[in-house]
Amino acid sequence: MGSTMIEKILARSSGSDSVSAGDIVFARPHRILSHDNSAAILGIFEKLGGKKVWASDRIFIALDHAVPPPDEKKAKNHTMIREFVARQGIRHFYEGGTGICHQVLPEYGHVKPGVVIFGSDSHTTTHGAFGAAGIPIGRTETASVWALGETWLKVPESFRIELSGEAPRGVVAKDIILYIIGKVSADGATYKAVEFHGAGVENMDISGRMTICNMAAEMGAKAGMVPFDKVTEEWLSGAGVKEYDPLYPDDDALYEKKMEIDLAGITPQVARPHKVDNVVPVSELEETVIDVALLGTCTNGRLEDLRQAVEILDGRRIKSGVRLLVYPASRKEMQQADKEGLIGKLLQSGAQIAVPACGPCLGAYGGVLAPGENCISTANRNFKGRMGCREDTGVYLASPATVAASALEGRIVSPYI
Amino acid sequence: MKLKGRMWILNDDDINTDVIYPGKYTYELFDEREMASHALEDYDPSFAEQVEDGDIIIAGGNFGCGSSREQAVKTLKYAGVKAIIAASFARIYYRNAINQALYAIECPEASQYARDHREKLEKSEATLDLEKGTVMIGEKEFSFSPLSGKAQEIFDAGGLVPYTRKKLEK
Repeated sequence: MGSTMIEKILARSSGSDSVSAGDIVFARPHRILSHDNSAAILGIFEKLGGKKVWASDRIFIALDHAVPPPDEKKAKNHTMIREFVARQGIRHFYEGGTGICHQVLPEYGHVKPGVVIFGSDSHTTTHGAFGAAGIPIGRTETASVWALGETWLKVPESFRIELSGEAPRGVVAKDIILYIIGKVSADGATYKAVEFHGAGVENMDISGRMTICNMAAEMGAKAGMVPFDKVTEEWLSGAGVKEYDPLYPDDDALYEKKMEIDLAGITPQVARPHKVDNVVPVSELEETVIDVALLGTCTNGRLEDLRQAVEILDGRRIKSGVRLLVYPASRKEMQQADKEGLIGKLLQSGAQIAVPACGPCLGAYGGVLAPGENCISTANRNFKGRMGCREDTGVYLASPATVAASALEGRIVSPYI
Repeated sequence: MKLKGRMWILNDDDINTDVIYPGKYTYELFDEREMASHALEDYDPSFAEQVEDGDIIIAGGNFGCGSSREQAVKTLKYAGVKAIIAASFARIYYRNAINQALYAIECPEASQYARDHREKLEKSEATLDLEKGTVMIGEKEFSFSPLSGKAQEIFDAGGLVPYTRKKLEK
């Protein structure tokens, strides 16, 4: 019997010849990621008796959640983190404004195929786009990994999702993953590793692969992964990553579930409040007026996403009364978007452009909704109160194109009619 | 070990970490009492006021889905909740609960029974035997798999902080 991708990756990261679903292993990560929550993590690290971190070159910290800090408390958090980084000699620290951790980590060459990335953030699954296993863990566990360099994991069973056929014009990775989550449900892949295969994913750029792996978290998955191929190779070479040894699943690997998704049948999708699996085609959505349109975040704040939005906006101004908020995924993506003239075009359409950061996605600050307001968003969660206010607010999730089209109309509409 | 407590029966699946502990507090609050005062705020605003030490939560499937925020475990622990019995848990939430030594018990049968008889059973007592893996709700007894292996070791140490501290001392 062959091995799945996660079995191979966890075997390598735990120094075993082979492991199978159900085994308990101690995995050592290539990188362990955290963000503003590093302030709390370092407190726990000290509480558990940690003196020196186990490997100062494996810890990755990017400030992205409360950037720039809106109040004294959050500013102090950042100070504590900077002091800890200096004290411990942590090599991979990225100041606020560099971008969102899940964008910055690959951009600066910290992910390779075949490795484990642990992260104290639930969307660490994003790094599966590079043929790695991005596995989210909690804060205390992160502090423990800082100290010990490893943590225990149960090797998960795997799902194999085959994306076949060709998506119609205007249907992008976000629509595909929303459609899949609608089918699989919000807990359909809990504890499982999900592998994406097939022509649909082979033809997808890294940006799209990051979107689908990012949202694998929304079906409960421990990891979402796309096997390494030419597309990954090219992207990694651009980021200066050269030495690596990819791992692929065996043909006779044992999967708990196999699914085939025909992309030809998918149209633009939207997830309605307050659950990510509450998905319908935009064409079947009831009339929904929006107040805010959010373009950006770790799910859809990349160059490709901004391009899609600008193409739809096509020089027009957004509907009066609607606020279009743009949070690019990173400074590099923003610079490239600027070079291409996209930033200027977004401004011309009436967008408010912010620092590359997580922004209003989690309602911590900035872009908070008022009671009674609706938002169409490219982010990954639409839970009640997610954007800071629970009273009668609704967050709808969709692709950058749908968000842009809806900003023009002031109601949720399909980008291609 | 046995545990007895009043049940809060939350008749929903997919109760997520944002409604258990809203994101806007995650970088604001560190004090235990303050954190406890926002427990389940966006799900049932009356919970934090009325919860008592020793209470048990019963919920549907995929409890704790969403963010990896550990405060969604801590807030309930600090509020006095001693165990959560759910049809199933989201993966990170389950790990976080073990790491904080809060009992997270997967028992779909008990969850379904309590939710089916919610009107009668709400706020009545459940009795748990954590070694045997049984829970008594009303007149009915249900079984679950007790903790084992690594998870049990971490739990026995009192959570991941004392567990790691001991490992570092060695």
